[in-house]
Amino acid sequence: MAEALTTESLKEIILSRLDATHVEVTDMSGGCGQAFTTVIVSPQFQGLNSLKRHRLVNGALKQEIAAIHAWTAKCKTPDEWQRDQGEANRPDLEGTVGGKVEGTTQ
Amino acid sequence: MFARTATARQGLRTAFRGAPSAAFSAPRLAIPRQSLQIRFLSAETRTAIDKAVASAPVVLFMKGTPETPACGFSRAVIQILGLQGVDPTRFAAFNVLEDAELRSGIKEYSDWPTIPQLYVEKEFVGGCDILVSMHQNGDLAKLFEEKKLVVEEGKEEKTE
Repeated sequence: MAEALTTESLKEIILSRLDATHVEVTDMSGGCGQAFTTVIVSPQFQGLNSLKRHRLVNGALKQEIAAIHAWTAKCKTPDEWQRDQGEANRPDLEGTVGGKVEGTTQ
Repeated sequence: MFARTATARQGLRTAFRGAPSAAFSAPRLAIPRQSLQIRFLSAETRTAIDKAVASAPVVLFMKGTPETPACGFSRAVIQILGLQGVDPTRFAAFNVLEDAELRSGIKEYSDWPTIPQLYVEKEFVGGCDILVSMHQNGDLAKLFEEKKLVVEEGKEEKTE
């Protein structure tokens, strides 16, 4: 490859090749372009299991992944991503029964 | 072909440590390396990997040994297998760092660009990302239980 990958260049590549709606790229290498952790949200993952999703990504980024030492990807569909975001923002329901607090009313 | 890393039969907690490493001894190809920009899996290497994959119900291709993983991703998978209680007597590990043929060959064999790679009953399960998510969502425990690859309760403390 001509030049080392950056978070920006890798993000552009993923957005375009995987029809992604949301991409997060974190460079874990300290700048040498050898280690990336990514979150990829794409409708192309719909109906595919985890292995097939990763195979799709591996195929689309063959050259790039070969040049990266440490590659990590989380592959979500837009629906799953939205649901996960919702869960992250929701208040903690621990100790409740289906979201209701028991014993507060007669 | 190539020897598996011997599995220690010494109880669950130490199961994924203390395994002596063995050399990958596939025959080398007499083709100059520089001519192989894209390397193709030779029939010999494929046969050797076939045998490796079939050498135990749970087979891990990793960097380093279970005792001393040479990469964080391989270490994570070893830890997961330990947490899952995978029976060490039904587990084999192959160190790809000991043979370049295996290291490149396994990537093509599995059509998977990274190491570690886990096989369960000759079927490719995935690499580190997949195993971490399967560990978290319970799919991995289900897989190992269904195939009865987990150390039985109580058997763990047995000394030999």
